[in-house]
Amino acid sequence: MNWTWLHKFASPPHAYRIAGRLAPWFGWPAFLLIGAGLYGGLVLAPPDYQQGDAFRIVYVHAPSAWMSMFIYGTMAVAAAIGLIWRIKLAHAVAAASAPVGAWFTVAALSTGALWGQPMWGTWWVWDARLTSELILLFLYVGFIALRSSFDNRDRADRAGAVLAIVGVVNLPIIHYSVYWWNTLHQPSTLTRLGKPTMSGDMLWPLLTMLFAFMLYFGAVLMVRLRAEILARERNALWLRAEIGR
Amino acid sequence: MNDLSWIDMGGYAAFVWPCFAIVIVILIGNVLAARRLHRQARDAAIRRVDAGQGRS
Repeated sequence: MNWTWLHKFASPPHAYRIAGRLAPWFGWPAFLLIGAGLYGGLVLAPPDYQQGDAFRIVYVHAPSAWMSMFIYGTMAVAAAIGLIWRIKLAHAVAAASAPVGAWFTVAALSTGALWGQPMWGTWWVWDARLTSELILLFLYVGFIALRSSFDNRDRADRAGAVLAIVGVVNLPIIHYSVYWWNTLHQPSTLTRLGKPTMSGDMLWPLLTMLFAFMLYFGAVLMVRLRAEILARERNALWLRAEIGR
Repeated sequence: MNDLSWIDMGGYAAFVWPCFAIVIVILIGNVLAARRLHRQARDAAIRRVDAGQGRS
């Protein structure tokens, strides 16, 4: 099979233009779905029989936590592609993903603390799920800090990629921590194979928010990727044409 | 559910609303930061090209 068509997507000018076209196609559906998910979660979904209305925190906590892991996985795969096949665009994707993932991790940790206080009676416990999620935040911050500590962008790309790949080991630990160890944290609400533990009228706003957050990440990634491409391109004719010079 | 009891969130308002506020602020902040980053990168590219470094 001829894979040369794939190389076109790794070319910075092509990626820059494609990202510019894709951003609104991710962004506007994300905006509408976040609105629908918030309305469903805050207004339409009934209160939980045990947690009452406090359970509504799940509509921002669970999607944020899921995105924190999904984005790290995306970042690590991009970093590995960049490291193995020396594709600079892949490094740009990894660099563009990190801040968004870090903020979703902050969202997951802070909403988790706000949920933990009324349900567990404490803002924080050093249990496996919470601690591994905190380590994920440190990995994001470490990745960003390590990259910014190099003047040479190629060295920053390589060093950051190694850290991102090593940090992947934390993802299964976060996911399975609630099964491997005794923990205050409840098991996963959504599993790939198992039946959801929520009723349908509570579940659809959660799935809507999850899908909306993925689209949102796509939109923000496209804008950040365009900035990364511009910052990396030095002597390119396409850059002159693109900025109208 | 009337308006007041909805705002009260069954007595959990002090925990529920800050969660949603934090996430919405983060979502909006990320969009604004990304747009600003792109604008800055574009301005820097224009300066580079104007300074004669943009020729290949």
